Amino acid sequence: MVNQISPLEIERNAGNFAYPETHLHDAGVGLTEDTIHYISNIKEDPEWVREFRLNAYKTFLSKPMPTHWASKDLEAIVFENIRYYLSSGTQAKRSWEDVPDDVKRTFERLGIPEQERKFLAGVEAQFDSEAVYSNIKAAVGEQGVIFVGSTEGLKNHPEIFRKWFGKVIPTGDNKFSALNSAVFSGGSFIYVPPGVKVKHPLQAYFRINAENFGQFERTLIIVDEGAELTYMEGCTAPKFNTATLHSAVVELVALKGAKIQYITVQNWSANVFNLVPKRAIAHEEAEVKWIDCNIGSRLTMKYPGVVLKGRKARGEVLSIALASNGQHQDTGAKMVHAADETTSNIISKSISIGTGRATYRGLVHVPKHLKNCKNNTECDALLINANSRTDTYPAITVRGTGNSVQHEASVSQVSADQIFYMQQRGLTEAQAMSLSVNGFVNDLVRQFPMEYSVELKRLIELEMEGSVG
Amino acid sequence: MNRLEIQNLRATIAEQEIIRGLSLAVPKGEVHAIMGPNGSGKSTLAKVLAGHPDYKVLSGSVMMDDEDVLGLPPDERARKGLFLAFQYPNEIPGVTIANFLRAAVQARLPEGEELEATDYYAKLYEKMDLLEMDRSFTSRSVNEGFSGGEKKRNEILQLAMLEPKYAVLDETDSGLDIDALKVVAHGVNSLRGPNLGVLLITHYQRLLDYIVPDHVHVMVQGRIVRSGDKSLALQLEEKGYDWVRDDVAEPAMA
Repeated sequence: MVNQISPLEIERNAGNFAYPETHLHDAGVGLTEDTIHYISNIKEDPEWVREFRLNAYKTFLSKPMPTHWASKDLEAIVFENIRYYLSSGTQAKRSWEDVPDDVKRTFERLGIPEQERKFLAGVEAQFDSEAVYSNIKAAVGEQGVIFVGSTEGLKNHPEIFRKWFGKVIPTGDNKFSALNSAVFSGGSFIYVPPGVKVKHPLQAYFRINAENFGQFERTLIIVDEGAELTYMEGCTAPKFNTATLHSAVVELVALKGAKIQYITVQNWSANVFNLVPKRAIAHEEAEVKWIDCNIGSRLTMKYPGVVLKGRKARGEVLSIALASNGQHQDTGAKMVHAADETTSNIISKSISIGTGRATYRGLVHVPKHLKNCKNNTECDALLINANSRTDTYPAITVRGTGNSVQHEASVSQVSADQIFYMQQRGLTEAQAMSLSVNGFVNDLVRQFPMEYSVELKRLIELEMEGSVG
Repeated sequence: MNRLEIQNLRATIAEQEIIRGLSLAVPKGEVHAIMGPNGSGKSTLAKVLAGHPDYKVLSGSVMMDDEDVLGLPPDERARKGLFLAFQYPNEIPGVTIANFLRAAVQARLPEGEELEATDYYAKLYEKMDLLEMDRSFTSRSVNEGFSGGEKKRNEILQLAMLEPKYAVLDETDSGLDIDALKVVAHGVNSLRGPNLGVLLITHYQRLLDYIVPDHVHVMVQGRIVRSGDKSLALQLEEKGYDWVRDDVAEPAMA
């Protein structure tokens, strides 16, 4: 038993470190109108943003916690104990040289500058409430691509920002979108001009360093007609004993014929509540693909969605959730068909280990007046232990006669005989488990960019090594 | 001594004693066949040797080249050179044969040593050529949707790649038509040699027409009741298992 380290601690070692806090700006503990004025003052918000925040705060107070349909574990979040804004300034640096040493060391330990040199077109790095670094390669910038933090986007590109901000996910969508709208800070703002195909991915990395803290980044991505973008985000935090809240809002707009691929590898530590509304609007012939991998956190509630607004628009969600001891991955997808000939595809794979719980919630909506719409949904669950748990809640409403929908779900279990067979070939129990799990997600992972499929495979292996005593 | 030696082995599953004082030795370089009627404990013996967790050993020993293996977990027995070709091999969805075997070969290397992909594939293709297998075979998921014959050929390919010291082949002929049987037998015969001891478990004599054993043992009610050369198999074929069952009964009546 001495060697039995919990799986979460093992696989999080890479991110489980923190430097002492040296924040210049700290909004203090708890949330009141004063907190919001503090944030607005530091960020020098225009008046409409201040108003927007204050209204959102009222909406937040008026909304109940969604415990009636989601986990009771949400009650463990104590809003009065959280710190809502921590930063050392609102201006992101363009060069790693200018980033303060301790913050730079954090991102170097996480390998971000190295990845940037190797295969990225641009990087934004957020530390607690603000982006500390954001830069794109000169060649990409010259094509008119904008990639900055949301604070900067709001200031320097108000004409684009204001047009789309809060339009995909309105403030009152749910309690947490309202909370984010009240206190948002950081996150990416991206605009890709018509016809520009950004060859290499842009990446954002979100890091929580402080304890008792809430990170509320706001990401807004607009890809103009015929343009293409791949965006990747990663996140880590040190493991604290207190609950940390991560409640972002992500809005994507794909204009006519645009393509967006949005990839997330979420590896928060096991004390983080990760509650993130993510939604896209796809105009005519546009394509939006969410690739969503949830490995970490205590509770994740995340259902990336696509509103298929224009004819022949296409939406896709490919998701993998790994729920280990003590974790609940409550994930899924939403596809709202709102035009003829729109298609959507959802493939979800979840793995529950030990007392881990994986929940799939799906919503597919095709109204009666539409023609030739198609949806395909597949959700597969793999249970590793007898006490592991999985639930599936698909809600599919397809009306009218000219539309088709297909739904498949499966639950399988790694059997003792299967593990014995692999052990007989010389694999340890942990190696056998991780091979089974990798096999289970293999067909999905093959569709991921190379760098992420390798990383994901490694994370699964670490997770399985820790899960067998 | 270079042999797989089983002495006075007694083993149970779900508190029922299936192996009841079995002794047997397979020297390296020899092929021994165990024949016996249904329910005599042949497959149980295979599982106990490999260390299946459902079976409990009451007493006795299993030594591999003078090393006791009963205290070792299944994967360690395997890495030390014990191979079991399963009667009913399991499926591993999404994992290709090539990747599975690669993990198994890698598991045999010292810690920190990484298997070279080119060396691995060179060896894999060499073994596949030896077994007259199509190259596309190893890009399929392990046993998923395989016919009975394909599953058995996959077992033989793994045997060839992992190069064990001792191989237990459990009912390798079951579910095979005559053509598939010949292919499997060809595989086993081409792996025969001074560095491999084989324990061949079968219900029917017909496999032994293709894999000719050095010794034949007859197992009834959890023990070896008779041993001899290959002619014993033919005698069994002729007289049926009742002939040896009488042997088992005799001492009790005496």
